[in-house]
Amino acid sequence: MTARVGVVTFPGSLDDRDAQRAVRLAGAEPVALWHRDTDLHQVDAVVLPGGFSFGDYLRAGAISRFSPVMTTIIEQAKAGMPVLGICNGFQVLTESHLLPGAMLRNNHLHFICRDQKLRVENNGTAWTSDYASGQEIMIPLKNMDGRFTADRRTVDELEAEGRVVFRYLDGNPNGSINDIAGITNAAGNVVGLMPHPEHAVDPMVGTGGTDGTGFFTSILKRLVNA
Amino acid sequence: MARVVVDVMLKPEILDPQGQAVQRALPRLGFEGIADVRQGKRFELEVEGPVDDAALARIHQAAETFLANTVIEDFTVRVETVPVEEGQ
Repeated sequence: MTARVGVVTFPGSLDDRDAQRAVRLAGAEPVALWHRDTDLHQVDAVVLPGGFSFGDYLRAGAISRFSPVMTTIIEQAKAGMPVLGICNGFQVLTESHLLPGAMLRNNHLHFICRDQKLRVENNGTAWTSDYASGQEIMIPLKNMDGRFTADRRTVDELEAEGRVVFRYLDGNPNGSINDIAGITNAAGNVVGLMPHPEHAVDPMVGTGGTDGTGFFTSILKRLVNA
Repeated sequence: MARVVVDVMLKPEILDPQGQAVQRALPRLGFEGIADVRQGKRFELEVEGPVDDAALARIHQAAETFLANTVIEDFTVRVETVPVEEGQ
């Protein structure tokens, strides 16, 4: 019996299959969840994948945040279920107010797609325990609306409480405040980031490295030892 | 039917690179003298039934929870008088 990690598919999700594969490679069981599901099929954790959702017409993640599956996920996340939001998934998490702040268009107005170096600032979350604090990792980044922002008080609070989980290194790709690439909630079970760890789990593709695997092995250990 | 307009704008302190791009293009097109541009969204809601206080309160709630993200945006709600020929 291993951990069951749900991966939600919204209309427009692109990286749900890669996320499922990353979960499987780490040794957990991926469970496909549909945006209309109200039941989470006994999963122990959820990944909100990257791509787009509902055309991102209003704002990225603004419409998907009200989908039936999110109602249940918001409820469960508040009760402690681990949730990882990648790229569009991160945008859904801020729109859901499970994470503070908001995402804006990249400051240079271009879609960006490149391998991005990050520093893991907090390895105390459900999704980062397999990294060393301060470890530098390289994973792909690809987005249009990646500029994390929040008011000064919120940013000060995130910094003071160590809730900035990832920071961009070697150049900020989108103008995010304090070079923030990813954050966590106060409890550490909900994590969101713009870059894509699920694309860096196999040396054959992506960056050629496996720096993203740690997200999925971290959650497996957390759930199996729970 | 009555029309209610919700205007959504980025908060003043939020950088608006889209507005900046528009502002930079204006002089190239011969439109001089525009010092700044901020780009926003306008929603026109055609309301069934009377636009009373209860209806406006509902729209205000929709704007606050959905049409605008109040972390980064401000919004205004107003009732628009629809010209007769358009309102038929």
